[in-house]
Amino acid sequence: MQIFHRSTNTVARASIFGALFFVGAALWVAAMVNRSPYVTKQGTVEPQPVPFSHQHHVSGLGIDCRYCHTSVETSTFAGIPPTSTCMNCHAQIWTNAELLEPVRASFRNGTPIRWTRVHNLPDYVHFNHSIHISKGVGCSSCHGRVDKMQLMYQFSPLSMEWCLTCHRNPEKYVRPKSEIFNMAWAPADQATLGPQLVKEYHVRSVTNCSACHY
Amino acid sequence: MSKQEHLDLASFRARLEHGDENRFWRSLEELSNDEAFDEFVKKEFPHESQTLGEGVDRRDFLKLMSASLALGGLTACTRPLQQILPYVRQPEDVIPGKPLFFATAMSLAGSSAGVLVESHLNRPTRIEGNPDHPSSMGATDAFMQASILSLYDPDRSQTVRYIGDPATYGDFLGALSQVLVQLRSKGGAGLRILTESINSPTLGNQFQTLLSQYPKAVWHQYEAAGRENVLEGTRLAFGAYVNPVYQFDKADVVVSLDGDFLTQGSGHLRYARDFMGRRKVRLDKQEMNRLYVVESMLTGTGSVADHRLPMRSADVESFARALAAQLGVSGGAPPSSSQADFVAAVARDLQAHRGKSIVVAGEHQPPVVHAIAFAINGALGNAGSTVYYTDPIEESPIPQTESMRQLAHDMETGAVEALIIIGGNPVFAAPADLNFAHGLERVPFRAHLSHYYDETSALCQWHVPRTHYLEEWSDARAHDGTVSIVQPLIAPLYGGRSAHELLGVMTGEANEAYEVLRGYWRSKLQSLDFEKSWRKALNDGVVAGSTLPVKAMAAGGTLPPPTQNPGGLELVFKSDPTIFDGRFANNAWLEELPHPMTKLTWDNAALVSPRTAAKLEMGTENYNGVSPLAEISYKGRTLQIPIWVVPGHADDSVTLHFGRGRTRAGNVGTAKGFNVYAIRTSDAPSLGFGAAFGNLKETRQLACTQLHQSIDVKTLRGERDIIRVGTIEQFRRDPSVVPETEENKVRSKETFYPPFKYEGYAWGMSIDTNLCTGCGGCVIACQSENNIPVVGKDQVIIGRAMHWLRIDHYYRGRPENPESYHIPILCMHCENAPCEPVCPVEATSHSPEGINEMTYNRCVGTKYCANNCPYKVRRFNWYSYSEYDIPGRQAIIKGESFKAMRNPNVTVRSRGVMEKCSYCVQRVNAARQEAEKGDRRIRDGEVVTACQSACPGEAIVFGDINDKTSRVAARKAQPANYGLLTELNTQPRTTYLPTLKNPNPEIKAG
Repeated sequence: MQIFHRSTNTVARASIFGALFFVGAALWVAAMVNRSPYVTKQGTVEPQPVPFSHQHHVSGLGIDCRYCHTSVETSTFAGIPPTSTCMNCHAQIWTNAELLEPVRASFRNGTPIRWTRVHNLPDYVHFNHSIHISKGVGCSSCHGRVDKMQLMYQFSPLSMEWCLTCHRNPEKYVRPKSEIFNMAWAPADQATLGPQLVKEYHVRSVTNCSACHY
Repeated sequence: MSKQEHLDLASFRARLEHGDENRFWRSLEELSNDEAFDEFVKKEFPHESQTLGEGVDRRDFLKLMSASLALGGLTACTRPLQQILPYVRQPEDVIPGKPLFFATAMSLAGSSAGVLVESHLNRPTRIEGNPDHPSSMGATDAFMQASILSLYDPDRSQTVRYIGDPATYGDFLGALSQVLVQLRSKGGAGLRILTESINSPTLGNQFQTLLSQYPKAVWHQYEAAGRENVLEGTRLAFGAYVNPVYQFDKADVVVSLDGDFLTQGSGHLRYARDFMGRRKVRLDKQEMNRLYVVESMLTGTGSVADHRLPMRSADVESFARALAAQLGVSGGAPPSSSQADFVAAVARDLQAHRGKSIVVAGEHQPPVVHAIAFAINGALGNAGSTVYYTDPIEESPIPQTESMRQLAHDMETGAVEALIIIGGNPVFAAPADLNFAHGLERVPFRAHLSHYYDETSALCQWHVPRTHYLEEWSDARAHDGTVSIVQPLIAPLYGGRSAHELLGVMTGEANEAYEVLRGYWRSKLQSLDFEKSWRKALNDGVVAGSTLPVKAMAAGGTLPPPTQNPGGLELVFKSDPTIFDGRFANNAWLEELPHPMTKLTWDNAALVSPRTAAKLEMGTENYNGVSPLAEISYKGRTLQIPIWVVPGHADDSVTLHFGRGRTRAGNVGTAKGFNVYAIRTSDAPSLGFGAAFGNLKETRQLACTQLHQSIDVKTLRGERDIIRVGTIEQFRRDPSVVPETEENKVRSKETFYPPFKYEGYAWGMSIDTNLCTGCGGCVIACQSENNIPVVGKDQVIIGRAMHWLRIDHYYRGRPENPESYHIPILCMHCENAPCEPVCPVEATSHSPEGINEMTYNRCVGTKYCANNCPYKVRRFNWYSYSEYDIPGRQAIIKGESFKAMRNPNVTVRSRGVMEKCSYCVQRVNAARQEAEKGDRRIRDGEVVTACQSACPGEAIVFGDINDKTSRVAARKAQPANYGLLTELNTQPRTTYLPTLKNPNPEIKAG
């Protein structure tokens, strides 16, 4: 006696195949979500106490990155400028601008400005700015065209996968040390320049775990 | 199986006599063929299954699971916004991300050692030794390392108190000035000040000012574990207080009379450096010094000895007199017949090394033994060559016990109107017969300046929190008199006041410690430019030219007559090797640091020899920590304390470490261990007789790590030992000392995996066990550097202590007087590591430089790696030990303040993660980055691991073994270099050099 119709065989086969497909699709979606700006926070502008414009200060006024991020060549941390750095200029110009009141208040009261962190690596990753600078990694390679950002946002996903694209093939990304802080730098011929610089700067492809995780 | 069978010494001895005398053993039970014991050793985590689900029922479990799922799910949705707070005005030298190092000094019991404190954005995080300081030479001990934990301890007193209630400093000053005005009119009569030993010249100067203002006031000093015996010994020998300084680098023969100069007391770091410098036996330096030790309890110094004779501490005087007689010192006495040969041989050896030998007595030995030692050194011509004398480093040395007795008497009679106690904890630590607490309560005005609201504070009306040494300006003299300026690393975390401030208020002079200090040194530094000298002193950590000049001393007259030696069972009172006199009781690192010899943690016990334990009918099973409780009745007082058997302890002698059993130490140290001070009296502060032992027929569970993470030799390699020892004679005959045998040769170097090529650096470590005293400084250094959590006594008992570096302790020979060997064990960083292939998630992997890496964020906690590690060096986070409480378990080190203490360059691990020694990869990486920025190679000695930097004996050397000129490569090129369990083809990067003894051929073994 046949309880199910013969066509249910097809349904069963289709659903077995379908389930595999469904699980695969679910995993794929999860992987994509995980890489999406929704999770990585790429391109998200966080609220800041002062709407500081990198575009204005870098492109407009031509201030070098290192005027504010003083320890980028020597330390792990590039450095967020103390209020006194802002006041070097703003004690003279825009002294009454309402936008800058938090800066003046900070200087007046001696209380630090509470900036919101934009680039946030997990605590188990140790990243050192200075070694990347000295090996020919330009600011814009990771941070994007900061000189064109009205408000600061995270340009790169900062995922381990993204780190490894360069750590595996540094020759595709390194630039001459003279161009590190040049936001607009674009290689004429990275295919020949890259390997040459890798050799000159003794850049190694470092992919072992304890290079970053310890 | 009964306890008596565990301690069946007769069968033990029989085993040794049947060809096993060269076997190493770790516990008396080891050769007893006890199945329960074998089972215990085999299990790395003995009670793993029992704790599952303990304390949590099904309902709670479901509640917790659903709550954590909900919370976990929710928190995963949003990443919390973090803030960055830059400076308003950035200090010039501060570069965020780069630590600064400041020189200062830590004082303990009247002597100091220089330190360099690592500071991240003005948060002190770590203590390193100051290489320019004569007492440190770059080394640190466990107390110095752990002081950083005490700085952040949230249990430290945080407010001024009046009769227990919060008050202000202003309130206190008001009350104090009222009292002082009254007393001043009487010339200070009735004013008493009680301090610890003071080695700060500025504070001493302030006291002189105070005493000139209050001529009838009395300054008492008391240090429960101080140098009173040494100083009284010098007065006995020379008629005046002087400070003996030893130069072990010049000594060929050293005799220690119940002393532990390598791991305790003034200058011990320097002494260990100098002494061990003479024991670095290499192909090009085939000689070493010789050390004789007579002592009751096995110590770090005793375990290094070439000849160690266990004897009751009370018998050391007659031994010293016998030695003196042989060397022609008047007042000596003939030796007892059993010791005659030994004494004669030692005396001949000393005679043969006149001017190049040292006799040194232990700090707890009575003054007369010190005087005898000084006389012997004089007779041998050592004074002026290996021993010299200076003025005391203490500001005002006095007979402290007598001073305390006087104070107690005056308090009882009502002669004391105001007592200011600066530091110390006399209610807890003063001799029991003085009834200090009773007398104290009769004093109308009493104030206590202290780090904690402790036993003494509770009985004083006024309590003022005291600054930690990392929070204050001060100065301190080292063992040779060199002064360091103590500078603050951080503003007082809990609003403490320093002794200088209090004295400044009392004398009415400057009340800022900084001003007081500079004022004093302005008058002392005879330089044209004070600011320049001051800055240099701060920078260097030593004040140039402050070392005390050598004083020519001649021991005068004959020795005092022998003291009476009643014989029978003696009690020896000693400070605790890990929490000192009790002041570090709330320091969880030190509480959990295993006792260097017994490996007991979190507790103390009455330490006895196997034979004495049998005599007292209290045998113990040392391996599982269950210990019989004894009641000691002594001079009308009683003490309940467990009995612990120590191989090599002298018979008829009981060692009691005082310092534990605190009632008001803080959350960590209160009610841990047993209070030995309860029976320590002023007439017998270190040696006592007439104690009776009662067996209470109860047991106490102690936490002993001696057999934890034992390398299971029986299973792994049959009847062979894994550590290697020898004699200098063996070394001269064959520099490999213990040649490779078929058994420990690698049969095949083939593996399943392609070999690694180490083209750049290849990191490796060499540990010369000949230079190790087992002191434990490296263990705490590692704990501090690598953010290693503390687990608590209950977890230690079940083998879950987290120390990445442990010091295994082996014995060899008869249990009455075995040889004792220490071997630091950390991750071997095998080139062919058994842990790596078994990890299902590749959380442990191999770096191109040969470091066996542990990636915490990948680890899923299968523990396969630990199961596969033959060295048992991997540690698993069963709980979130370093972060928060969970039901049924409190974190030991918790609190916001500790977050500032953590090393920012090392991940704080959470629950469910495996961890182990990383070869301080954070230091390797930092050095590599600096080197590559300069386009050069890392220089030899640029990477110093935390354990290496702490070690006073320089036992540990780390470096690049590919660089054939490096120090570590040179050590590994020694023929005696060996690895542990190398026959397993693990190819460990950590290798060892054997422990060598230099026995006197005239003395028969044993």
